[in-house]
Amino acid sequence: MPRRLSTLAALLPALFCCACVDQAAGAGEGARDQIKAVGSSTVYPFTTLVAEQYLANHPAAKPPVIESTGTGAGMKLFCAGIGARHPDIAGASRRMKRAEYDQCRRNGVGGVVEVQVGIDGIAFAEALDGPRMALTSADLYRALALAPGGRPNRARAWRDVNPALPATPIQVYGPPATSGTRDALAELILARGCLAVDPAAAALKARDEAAFQARCQRVREDGGYIDAGENDNLIVQKLQANPQAIGIFGYGYLEENLRAVRGVAVDGVAPDYRAIAAGRYPGARPLYLYVKTAHLHAIPGLRAFLRDYARLWSDDGPLVRRGLIASPPAVRAAAAQTIVRETPLDPATLH
Amino acid sequence: MTERQPTDWRAPAMQRRLRRRYAAERRFRLLGLAAILASAAFLAFLLVSMVARGAGGFVETRVALPLDLSDVRIEGARLMGPGADLALAGAGLENAVDRAADAAFAPAGGAAILSDGAWLVVRDAVKRDPGLLGRRTVLDVPVATEIDIARKGRGTPEAEASVRRLGDRLSSGLNTDFFAGADATDPTRAGIWGALKGSLLTMAVTMALAFPIGVLAALYLEEYAPRNRVTDVIEVSINNLAAVPSIIFGLLGLAVFLGTFHLPRSAALVGGLTLALMTMPVIVIAGRNAIKAVPPSIRDAARALGASRVQVVFHHVLPLALPGILTGTIIGMARALGETAPLLMIGMRAFIAAPPDRLTDPATALPVQIFLWSDEVSQGFVEKTSAAIIVLLVVLLAMNGLAIYLRNRFETRW
Repeated sequence: MPRRLSTLAALLPALFCCACVDQAAGAGEGARDQIKAVGSSTVYPFTTLVAEQYLANHPAAKPPVIESTGTGAGMKLFCAGIGARHPDIAGASRRMKRAEYDQCRRNGVGGVVEVQVGIDGIAFAEALDGPRMALTSADLYRALALAPGGRPNRARAWRDVNPALPATPIQVYGPPATSGTRDALAELILARGCLAVDPAAAALKARDEAAFQARCQRVREDGGYIDAGENDNLIVQKLQANPQAIGIFGYGYLEENLRAVRGVAVDGVAPDYRAIAAGRYPGARPLYLYVKTAHLHAIPGLRAFLRDYARLWSDDGPLVRRGLIASPPAVRAAAAQTIVRETPLDPATLH
Repeated sequence: MTERQPTDWRAPAMQRRLRRRYAAERRFRLLGLAAILASAAFLAFLLVSMVARGAGGFVETRVALPLDLSDVRIEGARLMGPGADLALAGAGLENAVDRAADAAFAPAGGAAILSDGAWLVVRDAVKRDPGLLGRRTVLDVPVATEIDIARKGRGTPEAEASVRRLGDRLSSGLNTDFFAGADATDPTRAGIWGALKGSLLTMAVTMALAFPIGVLAALYLEEYAPRNRVTDVIEVSINNLAAVPSIIFGLLGLAVFLGTFHLPRSAALVGGLTLALMTMPVIVIAGRNAIKAVPPSIRDAARALGASRVQVVFHHVLPLALPGILTGTIIGMARALGETAPLLMIGMRAFIAAPPDRLTDPATALPVQIFLWSDEVSQGFVEKTSAAIIVLLVVLLAMNGLAIYLRNRFETRW
């Protein structure tokens, strides 16, 4: 027994030392030969596909690391600084905010290239055996806002917000507050409904953007809107279990799950590829990539990676098969130019 | 003094009391049995549903693809070296495969029925046998995920029509890519090996740190430390540390290892360090209990025969306590293996298309991979998620089996 034990005791420090040596090697990292991307979970599936194609085209390259952090957290990591420890690319399901750009500036990030990669739509859906709802953004504003028209939201059934709707209870499963999809719900649908319903909203928006957001874009917290987590497949399952409920997720999930759920038309436009690509659907939003200019020179393969992105985002390309909606041709051409010329983002256009 | 009357067991009152006693016994036994049955039913339900849903993930559907590679020209020498992949990609092999599929399966959907990785299978076949170039042949290649799902019975009507048209040209086989590959965007190409290797590297770091430190701490506290305020505070702190939610350790790892020491993000090394922090208190507590259970008479006997304290510890106490320590360690490691939350904080929730080679390479772990796949859009990932859960359960089972084996091997009775 003691002999066996002493072998064990001899082995353990050896193992321990392996870890130490590796730790020392890891701590002294200088340059990086691997692309690192963070950001929106909506852009993530497209960036991973590009990463795969990039690897297939450059078998010698190291695999890119794509992390899905959500847009806000991604921007925070992206703007934390420059160098091997900080990511090269941030995917975003909304434009960079002025405050985030200023943060980047303060941390010495310097030039940032903005590329619009395509469009995503937020889709409202119900189970196939649901009541075939058709909603307007005004209905959704009255049903989901924290305080429509400045009064606390007391609507319990859809009939309370619009007599033409059924008397079923308002139950909307959607993403949590940290999600870019939730931002899109607030900015695209609730703001639009607010402007349609509340006569004071337009003046408020012109005068004080922050007050407008507080009044129009806050989502109710008393159970009508049910936070279903970041997992969109879970929302699909909940809709199947509860045909009276409505779910909110990215258009890609709707397309993939058409056997289980059906899109709900908003303002008379059903969420489908053509309506979103043509800009008729109110819940459509552009998707962006942000890239550090300084890293374009330092990280091998980063330029090739972006060129691969531009090659794959065409009308019938692999990204569209994966659920992306291609931007109009003129926007695509402009974005491709931005990649080639490495035009830095003009902060004056942000807000 | 009166003689005490013997109990009359046949009196009705006594009979009633007896019946009540027996009934209480029976009730208690049935309750216990019901508890066992309920837990067994939960376990069976979990296993059956996982295996039923996940078994398909280990199987891939292939289609017999007639290929004519006579117009893919490449020098034999270039197929030998490390540049072979590049040479074959440059020679238009992918297009040749797509053309062959379009010609062979036009009514069923042409090249669209093949997996994105189909041409890679052809590429590997050509690398094994360069003679395939320049002649006609038939190869089994994986099909696209829609066809794969339809053949397993849950597909769209169009995909099922394609399956009927393809008929007996489809076959099934073990999905070896699933055991050899890393994460991919196409479910037919996604593999678990990248995540499994990431988990193993992480666990190696955790074990190498937490086990020696935990055991040494337990030995010192039990055998050497004086009983006073300081050791009391240490004991309470360790017990509290073992109950701290794992996400807190993730935040700690983020602040200390990434923030202060600037270790690489997403690396198995950092994951292992973070999980070691979490596992150590469990090992200390298990170790102290096991050491406490060694009878003092053994220590006294050894000391009486002239053994030094180190000799007592290493020759007698530690060997006797080892089964208990190992059991505690494996339980701690099993918990660490299934842990997701701290790994999310340090960036191991990432898409990485190749398995990690070193501790500092970016990696994911099994539970994180399950989490990532469960969020995937494509239907094909549903069964991959369940298959990954089965792999995780098998690894856990193997670890527990190892714990039982070690315990039985080292166990001493007195």
